[in-house]
Amino acid sequence: MSVQAAPPLDERQKPPRRRKKSAALYEVVVPIFATIGLFVLWEGACRLFKIPAYLVPSPADIWKDTMAIGPTVAGHTLATFKTVMLGFVVSILISLPLAVILTASPAIAAAVYPFLVWTQSIPKVALAPILVVLLGTNELPRIVITVLVAFFPLVISIATGLLSVPPELIELSRACRASKLSELLRIRLPYAIPFIFAGLKVAISLAVVGAVVAEFVNADSGLGFLIQTSTAFFKVPVAFGALIILSVMGVVLFQIVVVAERVFFPWSSSNTTPGA
Amino acid sequence: MISLNRVTRIFNSRDGDQVTALQDVSLEIGRNEFITLVGPSGCGKSTLLRIVAGLILPTAGRASIGGEEITEPRAETGIVFQAPTLLPWASVLDNVLFPLRMMHRIDSTSTDKAMALLKLVGLKGFEGKSPRELSGGMQQRVAICRALVHDPDILLMDEPFGALDALTREEMTMELLRIWSERPKTVLFVTHSITEAVVLADRVVVMSPRPGRIAEIIDIGLPRPRSFETEASTEFHEASQRIRQLIFGTRHVGPGRAAA
Repeated sequence: MSVQAAPPLDERQKPPRRRKKSAALYEVVVPIFATIGLFVLWEGACRLFKIPAYLVPSPADIWKDTMAIGPTVAGHTLATFKTVMLGFVVSILISLPLAVILTASPAIAAAVYPFLVWTQSIPKVALAPILVVLLGTNELPRIVITVLVAFFPLVISIATGLLSVPPELIELSRACRASKLSELLRIRLPYAIPFIFAGLKVAISLAVVGAVVAEFVNADSGLGFLIQTSTAFFKVPVAFGALIILSVMGVVLFQIVVVAERVFFPWSSSNTTPGA
Repeated sequence: MISLNRVTRIFNSRDGDQVTALQDVSLEIGRNEFITLVGPSGCGKSTLLRIVAGLILPTAGRASIGGEEITEPRAETGIVFQAPTLLPWASVLDNVLFPLRMMHRIDSTSTDKAMALLKLVGLKGFEGKSPRELSGGMQQRVAICRALVHDPDILLMDEPFGALDALTREEMTMELLRIWSERPKTVLFVTHSITEAVVLADRVVVMSPRPGRIAEIIDIGLPRPRSFETEASTEFHEASQRIRQLIFGTRHVGPGRAAA
């Protein structure tokens, strides 16, 4: 009995190609039309049922009243944006080394981890006034609150990523007698990229939440401050306007993270996760 | 070349028990000899491989390469694992060059060396591709190039074809024999497949579990170069049958005669 040589199977086993153009079109066009449709429905409902603007303002009222104080709103938006970005950047600067330390040593992890969980169990709204007393009525307590809200998921996902490296690669690194540093830089960190971006997506959304929470407690500017003051004076359309700007800011920042990952790390597997 | 003298390795398991992964294993491997290690799970095959790689130290006994005791990973060994474990962010070429980069041994000739290896395994023209564009078999070929790039004398392979489908696996077995004939190395090859073990080896080391030890070493006198036709020969069948007996005992497995 003779056995024939198996034909090369390489062609058959190719993984599927990346998404087609039409799918990308769907991703953009459908959400835009859905959003426009929602606003039309909203406007129609407000007019049809004659809902007073101090309860639920129509999109037209929101646009008119918000644009009337356009420069002021722009200033508040910029203030919030600054807090969000500073909080986000500081979160990254804290989370990355923290995750590296946590994964490097079980002893340090055991010592630090309870404190990390503790920072998360404190309600940030309750902490904010105390921080104002502690740090003064300036930008600092707002950034601290933003960081406290945003950094934790980032630490967890980076740490998970650093530990997700296949043990064989670590053995290969040891077999090459590579240092722990080059193992970190050449294997662990690149391997963690998909996890880091998953964490960044959560962190950027939470940074917006954190900044607004901080502005509610202590601020003389910012969209959170604008919502508080305008509702106090029954300028509900302006409050709604600020709310919409906040949500747009959240979505845009989130999408910037998504696009950054696709552009700089096209191989990253988290590109295939839903919502990305 | 490689010498194992009464090598014993004991692991402490998580619940405090001691597990003897290897007991009194002695083995002499000559230069450019092709040795396959076959045996059921838990017989210490992979542990033995990692001791030769210098990734694990023996609890007792002595393991040496060229007379020098193995106390840490050495430059003359290259490893291929069951999973290709290529770096997803790096091109095929960069994956092959990766060990040299980690060893700080990269120089102007490195790229030529890597390209020659890729040509050797039939991946010429794929150097710029990303690993995920390759099939499982092609990825494992890249992993073999990666293990050979620093020109080691010893190639350690831990079930390298275990994750491939059956047809690709047979194809890769013949590929490996071809690569080995062009670049002779001392090869230590761990496998679960008796067929693979016999068709590749100069000697098959059959191991038995709990504690892991050598049951028998079988010389395979089959002529080289070997091909799929080799598997039809009488000697191939005798050797395979002997290994089966060693691993499964002389149990009769058939209708009405299951476990005694």
